[in-house]
Amino acid sequence: MSGSGGWTWRHRAAPYLFLAPSAALFATFLAYPLVRSAVLSFYKSAGPDHEVFVGMANYAFLLRDRYFWWAVANTLLFTVGFVALELPLALGLALLLNHRRVGLKKFFRLAFFSTYLVGQVFVAVIFALLLGGRQGLVNRLLMDGGVIGEPVGFLTDPRWSMVSMWIAALWLMSGYGMIYLLAALQGVDQRLYEAAAVDGASGWGRLVHVTLPGIRHVLWFLVLVGAIGGLQLFELPYVLFGGSGPNSAGLTVVMYLFITGFEVGDLGYASAIGWALVAMIGVLAALYLRSTGLLREERR
Amino acid sequence: MNRRGVCSALGLNLLVWGLAGVAVLPLAWMVGMAFGGGPDGAWSLENFKILLKDEPMGRWLVNSLFVSCSYAFLVVMLSAMGGYALAKYQFFGKGLAQVVLVGALLLPPQVLLPGSYELMDRIRWIDSYAALIVPGGVSVFGMLLFRQAMIAVPDDLLSAGRMDGCGEFRLWWGVAMPMVGPMVGAFTLMSFISAWNAYLWPQIILQDHGKFTLPIGLANLSGLPGYQANQGLLMAATLLSVLPAAALFLILQRDFVAGLSSGAVKG
Repeated sequence: MSGSGGWTWRHRAAPYLFLAPSAALFATFLAYPLVRSAVLSFYKSAGPDHEVFVGMANYAFLLRDRYFWWAVANTLLFTVGFVALELPLALGLALLLNHRRVGLKKFFRLAFFSTYLVGQVFVAVIFALLLGGRQGLVNRLLMDGGVIGEPVGFLTDPRWSMVSMWIAALWLMSGYGMIYLLAALQGVDQRLYEAAAVDGASGWGRLVHVTLPGIRHVLWFLVLVGAIGGLQLFELPYVLFGGSGPNSAGLTVVMYLFITGFEVGDLGYASAIGWALVAMIGVLAALYLRSTGLLREERR
Repeated sequence: MNRRGVCSALGLNLLVWGLAGVAVLPLAWMVGMAFGGGPDGAWSLENFKILLKDEPMGRWLVNSLFVSCSYAFLVVMLSAMGGYALAKYQFFGKGLAQVVLVGALLLPPQVLLPGSYELMDRIRWIDSYAALIVPGGVSVFGMLLFRQAMIAVPDDLLSAGRMDGCGEFRLWWGVAMPMVGPMVGAFTLMSFISAWNAYLWPQIILQDHGKFTLPIGLANLSGLPGYQANQGLLMAATLLSVLPAAALFLILQRDFVAGLSSGAVKG
């Protein structure tokens, strides 16, 4: 049995060895900066070498900082609109591609999904030219079609900034949602559809009473992913508008963190903004757990 | 099939074609602009020649490839090892490790930026590729993904391997890894693309023009007045930036789509 004693020892040590590199990186580059960000949020700083303790002043200022609340309002508006538009669009695409009379499914799946691979910066560069000025393709098409007389200031008119962000974000993300929903649709029990047909349910009735309940977990998952992604929005508006946009109409929470910490140089206040973001996502996660928990009780 | 059925089938197919057209239009326009600019509107490679000659576009491409490949390799190896340990061993501290991982999953990474920047400054990693590759090497999401996939590796197979005197490391590499091949492909691609498209952290870290990765270089170019005027150049640069990631996706797409959807359907 001496041999098996050797392997027990190796067997016991193995998980620690497998986890050691990850644990070392986790401690150094995640846990430590997290603690430092918490500590820094009580300091005012100008670059990493000049720090002055200010207690709760950063958080007190945060509460009455108009730019911060403007950024929060923008970010929430973007997130709510984005999720509300993305889900129906992605579901529509998935339902279309799941329809038995639609051909070339694999090709279309790839075509719709392909936009997701284009990084936010590249999407922003493309859409800056598509939407920008008189030269932009969108304005040219709309003017040639006689829809509008004068070019729309998608990137220069603050009233259009949010619309431009939604358009670019929907183009980027709808195919991603579609992939998940397509997989979910294929997992819905076909017998339920047959039963609904026997009951004489209409197409709409089948959608509301069979399809949507059958894929609700994936829908909730996409709401969560979309909301978390929306709250962290940064690159897309930053590159699209070349900054925070007209009248700061494209300012988001993460953009404000970036500008404060790395353009102005106050890492302390940037940390406080970061913790505000943590709080926002924490509230969202709590709401999510509650609502999915309620769903579970319904099922019983 | 009755007449109404034929009409609605035709309508649905036309709708799909139309929507696909809208999805692909911006990309097609980019390609058209990139190859435009020849005399009399003819196709030409002029934009690409100017880019590679006058801008460090070629270097940025190489930089991006180096950073993304190194990052993907590191994060896939570490995540697969960590996930394997969590899936196939009982050990002291496992419960705590899993709670910490799930908690960290919800943490927005941006809150780390001030602390991380300060750390990079202390250890003199500002303007270095190490700062782009190493800190992100531990992926909470990746470890949980591999844990989920490797639970399916049969314990009997691992015990049999141990009886035959196979070491723990070789069991992981030789038995478990091949069994989760699609997950390795999917996660490699996801990691590569996330590094390829990364902007915020590299923008903070990189200072030297010659060290830029493509997103940083391109965002810089797009702000220059000359490039706003010459859209063809900008679109050629964007096309060069998007192409490598798209090529890798086409090679690994089956794994990727399977990997993406497996997580959601189970969860």
